[in-house]
Amino acid sequence: MALTDNHKNAVTLQVAGLKKYFPVHRGFFQRVAARVKAVDGVDFEIGPGKSLGLVGESGCGKSTVGRLILKLLEPDGGKIFYKGRDISHLSPREMRPLRQEIQIVFQDPYGSLNPRMTIGQSIDEGLRCVGLSKEGRKSRREELLEMVGIWPGAADRYPHEFSGGQRQRVGVARSLSVNPSLIICDEPISALDVSIQAQIINLLNDLQSRLDLSYLFISHDLNVVSYISDRVAVMYLGHIMEYADTESLFEKPLHPYTLALLSSVPKIDDTGTRGAHTPLKGDVPSPLDPPPGCKFQGRCPRVEERCRKEEIQFSRFDGDHWVRCWKASP
Amino acid sequence: MAETLTKNHEILEGPQAPRQSRFVQQFRLFKENRLAVVGLVIFLAFFITAVAGVVLTSGQDPVFNPSLVRLQEKLQPPLSLPNLETLKAHEVPTLGIYLLGTDDLGRDVFARMLQGAWVSLTVGFVAVGIAVIVGIFLGGLAGYYGQEGICYDQILDFLLLLSGIIFFILKWHKLGFGLFTAGIFMMILSFRARRVKQNRFMPGWLHKSAFSFDTLIMRMVDIMLCFPSFFLILTVVALLPASIYNIMIVIGLTSWMGTTRFVRAEFLSLREQDFVSAAKALGLGNFRIIFRHMMPNAVAPVLVSATIGIATAILTEAGLSFLGFGVPPPYATWGNILSDGKRFIFDAPWLTFVPGIAILIVVLCFNLFGEGLKDALNPKLRQE
Repeated sequence: MALTDNHKNAVTLQVAGLKKYFPVHRGFFQRVAARVKAVDGVDFEIGPGKSLGLVGESGCGKSTVGRLILKLLEPDGGKIFYKGRDISHLSPREMRPLRQEIQIVFQDPYGSLNPRMTIGQSIDEGLRCVGLSKEGRKSRREELLEMVGIWPGAADRYPHEFSGGQRQRVGVARSLSVNPSLIICDEPISALDVSIQAQIINLLNDLQSRLDLSYLFISHDLNVVSYISDRVAVMYLGHIMEYADTESLFEKPLHPYTLALLSSVPKIDDTGTRGAHTPLKGDVPSPLDPPPGCKFQGRCPRVEERCRKEEIQFSRFDGDHWVRCWKASP
Repeated sequence: MAETLTKNHEILEGPQAPRQSRFVQQFRLFKENRLAVVGLVIFLAFFITAVAGVVLTSGQDPVFNPSLVRLQEKLQPPLSLPNLETLKAHEVPTLGIYLLGTDDLGRDVFARMLQGAWVSLTVGFVAVGIAVIVGIFLGGLAGYYGQEGICYDQILDFLLLLSGIIFFILKWHKLGFGLFTAGIFMMILSFRARRVKQNRFMPGWLHKSAFSFDTLIMRMVDIMLCFPSFFLILTVVALLPASIYNIMIVIGLTSWMGTTRFVRAEFLSLREQDFVSAAKALGLGNFRIIFRHMMPNAVAPVLVSATIGIATAILTEAGLSFLGFGVPPPYATWGNILSDGKRFIFDAPWLTFVPGIAILIVVLCFNLFGEGLKDALNPKLRQE
């Protein structure tokens, strides 16, 4: 994905060849015995005010991508550009001012708020970073809470008094407290009831249009992602398998893995019959010892000899539709 | 408290339940544990007694004089009345009765117990205070910065500086000074080498990490735990001049290992929690994350172990005093009253039983209180 400098500045976030290998220590001297290739060469970009859905099974490395972009983890290779600036190797001190630009909303609404702080104090931690005075913090806190649909008078309540959906709203308010332009949503609705899921999705959509936010929306549910994303990247075992506009991906899925994910979404059609459902066989192979060639070969219904031998390249199918499968190439 | 404020056609939500602070909930849970409440009450009584004791038994002309010798009144049983004919006016006990009897020198055991209570209280609190501070500090370091490696050159620096200081203290001035200078020189060199990416100052293996910071601290804990701590304390106390402060410090410095382990374990699990990641992502400093976000969540088990640690410290001090290594006479502590009393255990059993039962009650009440606190602070029991 060769890009001109001009284009680089126009996108909010660009990730190129991102890698993270976790060492596995063994033995008395804690030698590095193996490496888990959690993220193994991931490329994508997010434009201003756009959202990208990152979809994959658990353990495929999608949350790791989120944490790498936030620099909560150090990448082992590849580059992260934020508004054209390479942030992949910034020291924690150099990263400090940029922290306010990229924020995160977590999956678990129970673990993401400090149980010993009132929600007002939790939000204040962010406002303090922006450098607001005490009065400024108070009015901004009320504004933020109202923005996410929480009654501002509840600021002096503790997180355990709120329901899961309410806590998730507070989590959103906290991440908005530093006026970010990119929010990484790390499965923000997976832990919620279906009715609450819709509320949070609507809230996120609403905030995006109001505040011109960009989202990296991490989820394991393709269906949910379709409501919020402009583009979708399908991840499997540290690789991106397919990367396309949301409509294009749903209309014309190219990779067998995407097909399998789509067919796993229950459908109701006019005839009342269930759509053809081809469940995936087997399990995700261990990222400690991934198969050679295509990572998906063990579970692919269309597997051939070439898939087992060759490293499959990520190639453009047409327009902006990318896929990592040689059979899909035009 | 349902709110129906609407804005942008959206209903604002908030918790419906009446406000109930964490402290109130914890206190309610604590109250349900009868034994713990008894423990707390006895602890408060002990605290007041000890504070009153130090006020009433110290000074030039104390209300209860613990060191007044009345040889004609020795080994009187508890609740016996003084013989007013043989005593001078100032020798008559303040209450007009020997509440807990007298010892072999005719000293009032009640006054001595009052004086000893303060010693037990301060030894317990100061020793545990030292242990908790050291434990939180080392445990926090191990838990938060544990993955940072310690490099070979840093170990070398440290050994050079340390051996330099040791030789200097041993009066080998030239050798000590030489080693110390070499250590400082090496420190500057490795600091330079670290700043420059492509260093030609030192061989590369010196910058490899030898072991992690966590390993260093936790192995120190293991080493300290290997010593039978009472005998370690005995050895150290035998070397140091006998004083109550030395005993507090020595007990404190030999009992920080449990706290360190607790705090480390708490920090290791807290570090992976989302709210700590969120604090990092907001750009908060390490200091604020450790003290504002992690520490309040880690202190509950420390508090519990500290309460039980106070009981252990009181026992240790009593044991030391009993063996004659404790607080020097004439100052009374429960341990040395017990120790003095053992020679008269058949003639005057109250000299053994009074301090013994006092120690038993205080230690037991601290343990009960600690157990109750543990249950009250356990978040799993809070909701019903």
